[in-house]
Amino acid sequence: MARVPTRWAARILLGCALLAPFTLVAADQGKTPAKPAAGRVFQITVDKVSFEDAPTGIKPGDTIEWVNKDIFEHTSTSRTGLWDVTIPAGKKVRVVMKKIGTFEYYCKLHPNMTGTIVVR
Amino acid sequence: MSRRLGMAMAVLSMSTVGLFAQGGDKPTDPQIAHIAYTAGTLDVLAAQQALKMSKNKDVRAFAEQMVGDHEAVNKMALDLCKKLNVTPADNDTSKGLAKAAEAKRAELAKLDGAAFDKAYIANEVAYHKTVNGALETVLIPSATNAELKSLLQTGLKLFQGHQQHAEHAAMSVK
Repeated sequence: MARVPTRWAARILLGCALLAPFTLVAADQGKTPAKPAAGRVFQITVDKVSFEDAPTGIKPGDTIEWVNKDIFEHTSTSRTGLWDVTIPAGKKVRVVMKKIGTFEYYCKLHPNMTGTIVVR
Repeated sequence: MSRRLGMAMAVLSMSTVGLFAQGGDKPTDPQIAHIAYTAGTLDVLAAQQALKMSKNKDVRAFAEQMVGDHEAVNKMALDLCKKLNVTPADNDTSKGLAKAAEAKRAELAKLDGAAFDKAYIANEVAYHKTVNGALETVLIPSATNAELKSLLQTGLKLFQGHQQHAEHAAMSVK
């Protein structure tokens, strides 16, 4: 009987070790989460070197998904350092909005591209 | 293509001061396509020179972006020309741009280290300013085909972004 818990403990430890990298990625709001975040997902299209206006009704815990329709790479970079993600050409990138507030962001590669997200 | 337009583009490319020629003969769509394509190709050549000569991380990142963005927009331009069955037509403005860019590359080749970085980024600011001025005042208003006009407008937004990015990079290579 005493050997069973030991074996299970080893399995749990192994499982934790294998899952650790994914947990780290999910915790980093600069990367696409490995598992879907709680809350709703709102899309912002990036097209012709412009960010589409952000949708309204975003709440803490909701996710913004930038959809890059351009053939150029862009970034979504918070002006206050909350997030900084690269959006490759033709790809989608997600960031979870954790706080209430008005957040301005821009593209580091094309700083004339700007946007504002309001979380209430 | 008016000789005045070609000369103004060449002079501006070298001095980057003054106003882009307005009035005179309007460039045709095939000429506009050639000028826009040439302007992109020349910036790729400048970036390739920077990638050979610079060790500065910010300068290299900027140069890599210029290669990627300009090659991408030039591919869009070629695809559009193919779709519209338009053959880009060489002209005095394209020739003037190429000549000025060649002179600038020779000038930069004599520099190295921080002096090269500073001169390359300063020229990128000036070059994009010149091309953006040309797009705004002559090329976009002169384009007759709606799809070409739209592509030029996207190009202008992209190059205005490059100009701002170069202006930020200029502060870090002082």
